[in-house]
Amino acid sequence: MAETTAPAAAPGTPAVPGARPGSAPAAILRSLRRVAGIIPFTVYMALGLLIPTVAVAVKAFQNSATGSFTLSNVKAASSGIYFEGFKTDILLSIASAIVPGLIGFMVAYAIFTARRGSLLRQVSITLSGVFANFGGVPLAFLFIATLGSTGIVTGWLTDLGFNLYDHGFTLFTALGVFLVYMYFQIPLMVLIILPALEGLRPAWREAAENMGARSWQYWRFVGIPVLLPSFLGCVLLLFGASFSAYATAEAMTNGTIALTPIQIGTFLNGNVIAGQENVGNALALGMVVIIGVIMIAYTLLQRRAARWLR
Amino acid sequence: MGNRRKIAAIAAAVGSVILAAGCGSSSSGSSSSSGTDFSKVASAAKGGGMAALVKAAKAEGQLNVITLPSNWANYGNIMKDFTAKYGIKITDANPEGSSQDEVNAMEQEKGQSRAPDVLDMGTSFAIEAQTKGLLAPYEVSTWSDIPASSKSAQGDWYADYGGYVAIGYDPSKVQVAPTSFKSLLNPAYKHQVAINNNPTEAAAAFDAVWAAALANGGSFSNIAPGVTFFKKLHAEGNFVPVAAGPTTVENGSTPIVVWWDYLLASEVQSAVKGFKIVIPSDSSFAAYYDQAISATAPHPAAARLWEEYLYSTTGQNLWLQGEARPIELSTLVANGTVDKAAFAALPPAPSATLTFPSQAQSTTAENVVTQQWASVVG
Repeated sequence: MAETTAPAAAPGTPAVPGARPGSAPAAILRSLRRVAGIIPFTVYMALGLLIPTVAVAVKAFQNSATGSFTLSNVKAASSGIYFEGFKTDILLSIASAIVPGLIGFMVAYAIFTARRGSLLRQVSITLSGVFANFGGVPLAFLFIATLGSTGIVTGWLTDLGFNLYDHGFTLFTALGVFLVYMYFQIPLMVLIILPALEGLRPAWREAAENMGARSWQYWRFVGIPVLLPSFLGCVLLLFGASFSAYATAEAMTNGTIALTPIQIGTFLNGNVIAGQENVGNALALGMVVIIGVIMIAYTLLQRRAARWLR
Repeated sequence: MGNRRKIAAIAAAVGSVILAAGCGSSSSGSSSSSGTDFSKVASAAKGGGMAALVKAAKAEGQLNVITLPSNWANYGNIMKDFTAKYGIKITDANPEGSSQDEVNAMEQEKGQSRAPDVLDMGTSFAIEAQTKGLLAPYEVSTWSDIPASSKSAQGDWYADYGGYVAIGYDPSKVQVAPTSFKSLLNPAYKHQVAINNNPTEAAAAFDAVWAAALANGGSFSNIAPGVTFFKKLHAEGNFVPVAAGPTTVENGSTPIVVWWDYLLASEVQSAVKGFKIVIPSDSSFAAYYDQAISATAPHPAAARLWEEYLYSTTGQNLWLQGEARPIELSTLVANGTVDKAAFAALPPAPSATLTFPSQAQSTTAENVVTQQWASVVG
């Protein structure tokens, strides 16, 4: 690769004064060759992300039936129950990013520092991979069958004299959805933070201790600054996973909790609301904007947190 | 846009000329080798009679249906029987899909050989598709047996089968038999009552809310009491907001399910022995799905034959065997051609004449439920 690009770039300048016929196509060919490596990815991104995003953005401002320009979809999507949907979805996602983020981090750290833990690490990475990808309707059903009102665990607890549901617990609220999301969010966190922990060299801790640092001082001045950028990145990923999760919450709550992805579903594949698809597109645009804002905030934070690394 | 419209107008004009010419003889058509261009034919008679239709459909040899689950209203057997009778292969795209998926498929697959030929959709979607010009008007030979309130005057869509919102329950877990919506508030039903899905997404669940409204002082113009009813049901601790189905009934999470009577029969009763279905005494809410033919059907003759078949005595009785109520049921009963065993297996229906909400009432109700439903548990 290096051999082909280097000579192609070097004679680029002397070729200009000569102006031989065919040199222009040759130059195009050369520059094409230089970017050839990223063409598949660019095409993939364009087809899979860019074009759909543009289509969503355009349709959000079109009348569903006539295609003429309108602001009514965006207005509908940002008021009433759809506003509630964004609010609940964001709150739920923040909770199910930060809590599993912290728990997952602690679990990962325990695995990372375990003595003779290489087998444990292998097993937990594999298991985390399995659990992190278990979702959708089967997951909802799993929880209904264990912690639902007639679930097995609920039954055991009732036999022990403690009926969860008589004490105000119910699986079918935002809190229940949060609990269920923990099931895949914690393993996901373990999976993605473990590689970052590898960057935390044991020698640093030893050095800090040799100089008389206490545990909290080590974390305050070494551990957290080193890990913060990757920790934030992982939490953001968790936020995205929860923000866009659909099937589990849908099967567990039948829309009794307002969540944006479920509301989009009612427009795109529903049997009830006809002819308002573009309100769904406006909601999708709202999600894109929210994720966009969070990405920008994250980038700024990341730059601030990683400043000392440069 | 203007151009396309002009072309469509010309095509329609040409179509009607062919139609006029095609009446009686099938040799003068210029569009295809078999003579008649069935994509514009609006009844079997106008296409040269049933024999000509069957011949053309057999020549096509293929029918694309969409979103027909085989355990829904007996569609599995209906498709099998149609194929056996005419030797026409059926491809069922996206069996678990929704009405919106059908509209999307017509728009997105236009011109492709895999595009849907015939549709089975909720009325508001049929009207939407008609407005967008996606449907081909067609009148089956028994057109006059379909009540005028259950079909488009232009022949774009026509009710096919339906049922009543019913209460299904598993007697092994429910000691007192529920009889009405009001009875569901009985404290004995703690954590037992569910609906099949999200009412802002699934028509059956939406109609369950509407039926509850009728039982609680609401009307076709006022669905809000239905939402209030479920709120009360939740406050009592009776409502379980999971998507109910045979599995949740089997494992005891939702021993009582409000759903269409025919789906309770085909999906739950078939899996749960002894499962009972009753139409609530304080609300009779019936709704029908609609048949329609795609204007751009890749197999126009097979599509029309399929409709003729569905509205024949055989087709109507097959739906009945799936415990759905075919739209021409009263004619079948009057003529004595009804499948008596299947008819007797239906839960007894209220005798009152069926009435249906208007499109405007539906739209209002959709918006109310969409805005209010999330307050039920919240």
